[in-house]
Amino acid sequence: MVLDYSSGFHYLLALLPEVVLACWGMLVLILGVARKGAESRAQEIGWLSVAGLALAAVANGWLYSGVAEAGAGGMVAVDRFRLFANWVLLLAAGLSIIVSLGYVTRQKLQAGEYHALILFATVGTMFMASARDLMVIFLGLELMSIAVYALVGFNRRDRRSAEAGLKYFLLGAFATGFLLFGIALVYGAAGSVNIQSIAEAIRAGTVANALMAPGVALLATGFAFKVAAVPFHMWTPDVYEGAPTPVTAFMATAVKAAAFAAFLRVFVVGLGDLHGQWWAILWWLAAITMVAGNVVALVQANVKRMLAYSSIAHGGYLLVAVVAANDAAIAALLFYLLVYTVMTIGAFAVVVTVGNQTERNNRIDDFAGLGWRRPILGILMTIFLLALAGFPGTAGFIAKYQLLLGAAEAELWVLAVVLVLTTVVSYWYYLRVAWFMWMKEGGAELQASGSGGGSLATHIVLVAGAGLILLAGVFPDAVLDLALGSVEGLRQLAGVSAPAP
Amino acid sequence: MTDFLASLPLPYQDWALHALIWLPLAGLLHVVAAPAERARHIAFRWSAAVFVASLGLWWAFDPGPGGFALESSASWIDSWGVRYALGVDGISIFMVLLTTLTTPIAILGAWNYIDKRRKAFYSLMLLLQTGVTGVFLATDIFLFYVFFELTLIPMYFIVGIWGGERRIYAAVKFFLYTAVGSLLMLVAILYMYFASGAESFSYQAFLATELTMREQLWLFAAFALAFGIKVPVFPFHTWLPDAHVEAPTPGSVILASLLLKMGTYGFLRFLLPFFPGAVQHPTVVAIMLALGLIGIVYAAWVAAVQPDAKKLVAYTSVAHMGFVVIGIFALTVNGLQGGLMVMISHGVSTGALFLLLGMMYERRHTRLIEDFGGIGRVAPLFATVFVITALASIGLPGTSGFIGEFLALIGVFETHAVVAVVATTGVIFAAYYMLPMVQRIVFNPLDNPENRAFPDLSRREKVVLGPLVALMIWIGVHPAPFLTRMEPSVGVVLERVEAARVGMGGRAGAMEAVADPDVEGGRFRVDEAPEEEGAGSDEAAAPARGLAARGQTPSGIRAAMHPRWNAALCVAPCPNSWAIRAAARLACTAPRRSRCAPGIVHGLRDAGTEEG
Repeated sequence: MVLDYSSGFHYLLALLPEVVLACWGMLVLILGVARKGAESRAQEIGWLSVAGLALAAVANGWLYSGVAEAGAGGMVAVDRFRLFANWVLLLAAGLSIIVSLGYVTRQKLQAGEYHALILFATVGTMFMASARDLMVIFLGLELMSIAVYALVGFNRRDRRSAEAGLKYFLLGAFATGFLLFGIALVYGAAGSVNIQSIAEAIRAGTVANALMAPGVALLATGFAFKVAAVPFHMWTPDVYEGAPTPVTAFMATAVKAAAFAAFLRVFVVGLGDLHGQWWAILWWLAAITMVAGNVVALVQANVKRMLAYSSIAHGGYLLVAVVAANDAAIAALLFYLLVYTVMTIGAFAVVVTVGNQTERNNRIDDFAGLGWRRPILGILMTIFLLALAGFPGTAGFIAKYQLLLGAAEAELWVLAVVLVLTTVVSYWYYLRVAWFMWMKEGGAELQASGSGGGSLATHIVLVAGAGLILLAGVFPDAVLDLALGSVEGLRQLAGVSAPAP
Repeated sequence: MTDFLASLPLPYQDWALHALIWLPLAGLLHVVAAPAERARHIAFRWSAAVFVASLGLWWAFDPGPGGFALESSASWIDSWGVRYALGVDGISIFMVLLTTLTTPIAILGAWNYIDKRRKAFYSLMLLLQTGVTGVFLATDIFLFYVFFELTLIPMYFIVGIWGGERRIYAAVKFFLYTAVGSLLMLVAILYMYFASGAESFSYQAFLATELTMREQLWLFAAFALAFGIKVPVFPFHTWLPDAHVEAPTPGSVILASLLLKMGTYGFLRFLLPFFPGAVQHPTVVAIMLALGLIGIVYAAWVAAVQPDAKKLVAYTSVAHMGFVVIGIFALTVNGLQGGLMVMISHGVSTGALFLLLGMMYERRHTRLIEDFGGIGRVAPLFATVFVITALASIGLPGTSGFIGEFLALIGVFETHAVVAVVATTGVIFAAYYMLPMVQRIVFNPLDNPENRAFPDLSRREKVVLGPLVALMIWIGVHPAPFLTRMEPSVGVVLERVEAARVGMGGRAGAMEAVADPDVEGGRFRVDEAPEEEGAGSDEAAAPARGLAARGQTPSGIRAAMHPRWNAALCVAPCPNSWAIRAAARLACTAPRRSRCAPGIVHGLRDAGTEEG
């Protein structure tokens, strides 16, 4: 089927996953209100939301299996890059919801609102991944951000959660302003907000450079804030630490993935011909982010906060892909996001379980001896940590390797060396958790059984996730080919030439 | 035997290498599934089975012209051109056999030493075996790298969980040191991958990569750092004593016998053939030889003052590895073969020493040398094995240590006489630190009452130590089967280095001559090679290539078997025969021959004959 966008209906089809999910979110919201008070129903609502995500994934699959678009002028893209990113986003949302099932019940959060907000935020992230228009990106960003602001402060009884919500809201609004100003300047320079048209205008040489340069800088600032690149990361540790842990997992994966997808499309497709002008800025951003994220993570005594810094560091690795901007690097970005989603949510899920579905017990001392008391949990956490560290045998290594491949192809040797050296630094803090788990005694008491079925589901998800990480670490071909295949046509469509290193 | 192996329903050649890598992993699953009290039995049986399976390699492997044998390859990660490719040659076969031998012995040695969390321990041991075997068998660089890194995780946990008091510090230090080097090597591998343009990580594709001198030097630095830390070469050695001392006995054994060899194996397998220009660069050679020398001498001095027997032995590892490094960077057949022999011998003798120290620790719960004394009187068998092992570690003629160090020194003497002279002092120092330890532990008065109840070797311990002692003496007396198997492969490595030398032309020769004005070094190497080549290969083909060691060993054994085990008597013949042989060697090569031709090294034989 070919979508030509001349009719509004075709836009609806092109946005089918988003439409399905948005409607489902409203359904969840209504059901949540209708069943208010019945806390035992919280789990049902959670599973209902997962079903909605699955349905959206099916719609995404339909788009993937042979729906094409006529030309590249539409406001939303129906290309494999977007659809792959959508899968990652849906997976991140689904895993976050399953991990939060027990947490929501235990903390007596309003399940209807909570899950509906996650679904709406996911719709926002998917808009960002699909947008071929700066205004659509902005809409998606706002939809996502507003839902996430509420989610971060969702646990009203917890002061840290409320503080984190306010902090995120203030800084997020500020960054949104930067982004919007950047969009305005780029529009002034290129005469369009359509990424395709911007690329064409740049190629035709009809852009006003005096407006374009600050516009690009402001766009970069806005995106850097959302992907938590140093020095725009100041909010991240506090917000990640204060937010309810499942929300942190969602932010560290879905929000970051969406921001990277939009970042990449705007900079590589829209501004690809200006690569020579912006790559140095992003080069430094990437290098500083990798170094600072990893070095500061070294001294964290709180596992949740350590994972926050680790997520900053991973943002730095992903920025390398944006700088390299070739097919190998873009495929690496997609693959990395997928793997990163599984391993990060896995690690956060273990933190939630060790905390008995609360915000306690997330100091590193609390993990002492965990491996011997709860061997399965210990082994799973070890696998996730090794994957985050990028160790061979796990998918984390494959992802990092593909990233290095992209960087090497663009001859970014210094950045590649920075990447591997900061990886060594990261070994220290990932292994530190491992050594507390296996080489020390004591630590926090775990409840014999988690609360309700959420815990069992979490365990199943964890085992499946760890299994996938190992499988994709040893036999990465299938997923790798999928990622490599999702890149084709992304740049060629816009006619952007390959960036000169 | 070869026919028998080929006549198996599934020909041995087809499955051997795969089985060696994956059988331990199957054993791991078995251990995990079985109850904890059975773990050690199961692990031992699997590793013993792997050892039996690996023995076939001895016959199935035909040195041939020196390339890889028993090669097999399957597609693995097509998107990157990575293949699951295995092969064995004259360099790796010994490392593989050492691995398959050491693992069951280490497991048997850990029988009672590891008394908690046995299931996890033996699983990690088997995982480690898979990793190490994979390192030695992989002929795809990517696969090699994966196995190289894979060995870190089990070792990290073995040291960290079952180690001594400072185990976490030691485990993390070990992990981080090694990781720094190997990750930089990963970038270098990527660089070569793109430079080769072959879209392949195969060994051959990397060999065919054309690199400029500048590139070679940078890549050499990255690879050398990775392997140098693993070896460990002098300034990077500090992780080793910590890891050795803190590791449980079987961990120390595996670390000393196998993990260190991965570094020197990397030198031989990758560094020399990939960057033949860089390895001959006079500055590089000077640095590597200097680091090797410092390792030999410095480690010997440090070892001499250690009160802790385990730490002492740990430092001897640094010294021995120094011999390997100078042997390799002598860039002669003798040197390379000597390096390989030291690797084998060190694996056997140091592994045995760690096992012995572990037995002492199990009996007395101390490792301080001063707590022992007169053990020989209460445990004669233990003392005998201890002395033989210590002498093999020193490098007494008639033991495995001698062959390796002697060949390595000969090799170095051919190109860098001064280095060889200094390195020779390392042999003396080896006696200086090892013999007092032997004296204080085994002899001396039995003045500590606690030592009166020191039990002699149990049956299990005899089984553990027996094969190692037998190997030490076998290699020492009759090294020919080892040397003939490794020679073609070593020759291939050197030919590649030689080819680059010719390619570099007079310039390289001139540079070398400038760098080592006192050694004839580079001058003759460039021009004389062709005419001597015929003679060299004839010699190589000669059946008697089994070495002067033949003429050599009887006297050595006589010394070793001296009834009184007197320190002075034992050491004296060693440097003396050294000097004689070195002089004879010099005299006999006075009409200078090419030192590049493979067989010439066995001029050793001439030396032996003359002396005899």
